[in-house]
Amino acid sequence: MSLKDKLLSSYLTFQENQDFDNSIHDIKDAAIKIFEEKGFPTKKDENWKYTSLNSLVKGDFSLVGRNEDAIEFRDVKKYFLNDIDTYKIVFIDGKYSSYLSETTHDGVDVCLLSAALTKPKYKPVIDKYFDKIVKKDSLTSLNTAFAREGAYIYVPKGKTVSKPIQIVHFATGLESSLMLQPRNLVVVEENAEVQIIERHQSLNSNAVFTNSVTEIYAADHARVDYYKIQNDKEAASLIDNTHIDQQTSSEVAVHTFSFGGKLTRNNLNFYQNGEHNNSILKGVTIIEDKQHVDHNTLVHHKQPNCESHQDYKGIFDDRATGVFNGKVVVDSVAQKINAYQSNNNILVSDKASINSKPQLEIFADDVRCSHGCTIGQLDEDALFYMKTRGIGEKEGRALLMYAFANNVLESVKIPQLKSRITKLIANKLGVNLGFEV
Amino acid sequence: MAYTEDDLEKELATKEYKYGFYTDIESDTFPVGLNEDIVRAISMKKEEPEWMTEWRLEAFRHWQTMEEPEWANVHYAKPNFQDISYYSAPSKKPKYDSLDEVDPELLDTFKRLGISLDEQKKLAGVAVDVVMDSVSVTTTFKKTLAEKGIIFCSISEAIKEHPELVKKYIGSVVPKKDNFYAALNSAVFSDGSFCYIPKGVRCPMELSTYFRINQAGTGQFERTLVVADEGSYVSYLEGCTAPSRDENQLHAAVVELIALDDAEIKYSTVQNWYPGNDEGKGGVYNFVTKRGLCEKNAKISWTQVETGSAVTWKYPSCILKGDNSIGEFYSIAVTNNFQQADTGTKMVHLGKNTRSTIISKGISAGQSQNSYRGLVQINSRAQNARNFSQCDSLLMGNKCGAHTFPYIEANNKTARVEHEATTSKIGEDQIFYCNQRGIDTEKAIALIVNGFSKEVLNKLPMEFAVEAQKLLEISLEGSVG
Repeated sequence: MSLKDKLLSSYLTFQENQDFDNSIHDIKDAAIKIFEEKGFPTKKDENWKYTSLNSLVKGDFSLVGRNEDAIEFRDVKKYFLNDIDTYKIVFIDGKYSSYLSETTHDGVDVCLLSAALTKPKYKPVIDKYFDKIVKKDSLTSLNTAFAREGAYIYVPKGKTVSKPIQIVHFATGLESSLMLQPRNLVVVEENAEVQIIERHQSLNSNAVFTNSVTEIYAADHARVDYYKIQNDKEAASLIDNTHIDQQTSSEVAVHTFSFGGKLTRNNLNFYQNGEHNNSILKGVTIIEDKQHVDHNTLVHHKQPNCESHQDYKGIFDDRATGVFNGKVVVDSVAQKINAYQSNNNILVSDKASINSKPQLEIFADDVRCSHGCTIGQLDEDALFYMKTRGIGEKEGRALLMYAFANNVLESVKIPQLKSRITKLIANKLGVNLGFEV
Repeated sequence: MAYTEDDLEKELATKEYKYGFYTDIESDTFPVGLNEDIVRAISMKKEEPEWMTEWRLEAFRHWQTMEEPEWANVHYAKPNFQDISYYSAPSKKPKYDSLDEVDPELLDTFKRLGISLDEQKKLAGVAVDVVMDSVSVTTTFKKTLAEKGIIFCSISEAIKEHPELVKKYIGSVVPKKDNFYAALNSAVFSDGSFCYIPKGVRCPMELSTYFRINQAGTGQFERTLVVADEGSYVSYLEGCTAPSRDENQLHAAVVELIALDDAEIKYSTVQNWYPGNDEGKGGVYNFVTKRGLCEKNAKISWTQVETGSAVTWKYPSCILKGDNSIGEFYSIAVTNNFQQADTGTKMVHLGKNTRSTIISKGISAGQSQNSYRGLVQINSRAQNARNFSQCDSLLMGNKCGAHTFPYIEANNKTARVEHEATTSKIGEDQIFYCNQRGIDTEKAIALIVNGFSKEVLNKLPMEFAVEAQKLLEISLEGSVG
């Protein structure tokens, strides 16, 4: 039985066990129909030209994890950012772990989507925001149909969340292969501010297929800072669909750090629905073996006087393949836009490859849009220079690559996170950089 | 009174397509529709050998199984392929010995097109092959070229007189099953130009073809084949016009270039098919497949100025097969009113040390849509391949669109690929600066557009550069918002 059939046939049983409101059931019923009609995307879809889901779609994934609190904190401590105080929302095989989490309802809501979907207290927010901004594509719809758990973050007007929030999804690997569909909803009201760090982590080498959807709503003057750390085991695949709605003068930044996993696909969609928005999309990808990372971004400028900045860097070794598919759309009313898109890549090995497709679709005349894409190598002269100063080949290379990725790191606003990622990169490049950031 | 933008707009709206006349020449036109009999009849009419007829039929049979491509960023009413006449030739077609014998009316047509044959023959030193309604009418300068061993004639003549060359090269770069329109062309092409430059010969003059669709309800399907043998050089020009008509005319051409070791081909096009009127009615559908193959150390350079056609779908490409080969693409695409253009190039790097350059300038005005679509592919064996691409778009007014769809695929770590694109408008301050110095708005725009397209215009041969510059001015005046 194909994965699609399995999902479709288990949908009804799944629905029966849920205590949702009727309106939620309706949304889910509509979503499963879209998925049934469209199915999993194939390479024939222009947006999936360079990424094949074949190996996943044929796999036999369990749809529900086992119901046990199977991990100890000391075993997974290293996956958390420990040196600062944070809120934590932790899921194990898709189920909430109260033992590892630290949530709050003090001024802001940092809790669970399952609670928000079922408790009347949250109904106004859910009615207003849940499933409102998402693109009705097949994978997002699939998630909508099956979603019942994830992070729910609501920051009321004028409030700044006092510490960063970590959302961590663990897969225990108790099932030989597991499919997870977490769903996050982040609502940041006027003039409010939040920082979020999201991570998906499997604990052994059993296959995990995560199809995650995050909706972010940034109201007027809101500021959202979102970091995605993708450094998973070699059997883990992740499709991350993020949809962001921006209102007047809001600023949303999403940083994506992709260092691991078998197949990672990021569908990152920004919709600028107010004036004077700023959208920041940054990413560093460093992969090897047969890993595959695909960044598919969309920035849709619907209102005038906005800005967007995209900067994606990639380093590809062994047989790794990278894809960058960035799209900037400027509507005809959206005058005075400044959109910038840049994608730089280094191929380290002969077998690695990169496919890049930076696209512009522009319907307004008074705009400044530019994009650039490069594929190249490390500067031999610079390497030689360092060698003459006693810096070895390997360290020299690592230093150059670190410098190459650095301007993405520079905009990371949490210092502890920055040094953590620097360490990850150093680790990845197999050297001690000899300095702390 | 100062010349205002409104004046410009008015002037532009009333400006008519200069080449929109229809020449009343009796012509021999096939009934509309397409089937194997028509394909056979075309082949018979051209007195073609058996292998050519078979080749056409094979293409036709395959074409029937194909679907019209829809991926391009253009929208149009699909042509009904059974409503088109696939062959139309000026019927009084004797074999001319000199220009004096040509139908004077036809000569007059060319005069109005601005390519007076005798004048060009004497002054410019350009050898012209004129293709009208897809049949080659006259080839000038044949003798001079023959002395050097250069073959420049219509493709139907080449099929008869140089079958070994045609057989060897036709379909070798654009296979007859390559795509929907190429297959259609392979089945029904009525004429076109053939050019062969022997080993080590540098063609002493620019070779040129002029295409014109004259009859109503006909499609033009010409086929051009240029073979540059080892160490040779040729510069080839191509120009096109069509009369103004309310219905859409179809132009589906195939151009194949073969540059053998150390050869160089420079191919320039000024495309000025009827773009439709200012309400978007009529105009030519221009669906063209152009591709060149470079052997060792060879170089192919495409230069195009696209100002006409209602819908353009065209990607002159280079297959850089030989080591050290070079591909170049310089393009200006201008769209105004309701024109749509989806154009660009493909650079396929197969050999070592191959280099390619892409410079594309898109200018959109009115309610037009202008897309650049390009592929740069570095294959795993293409060591040290180098590509530089630059795509700039200029928007005039907020009803038009500019789109960029570059595809970059690198499979070799020594590849160096750079792509950059910008979109902008003509700045008010730029115009103000010009006004301040006594240059009126219209001139200022022409000046700025010229500067914007200079990199490409510079690549055109002299005769074309002047025409292209004029065309740019005509198509764009007054479109600044």
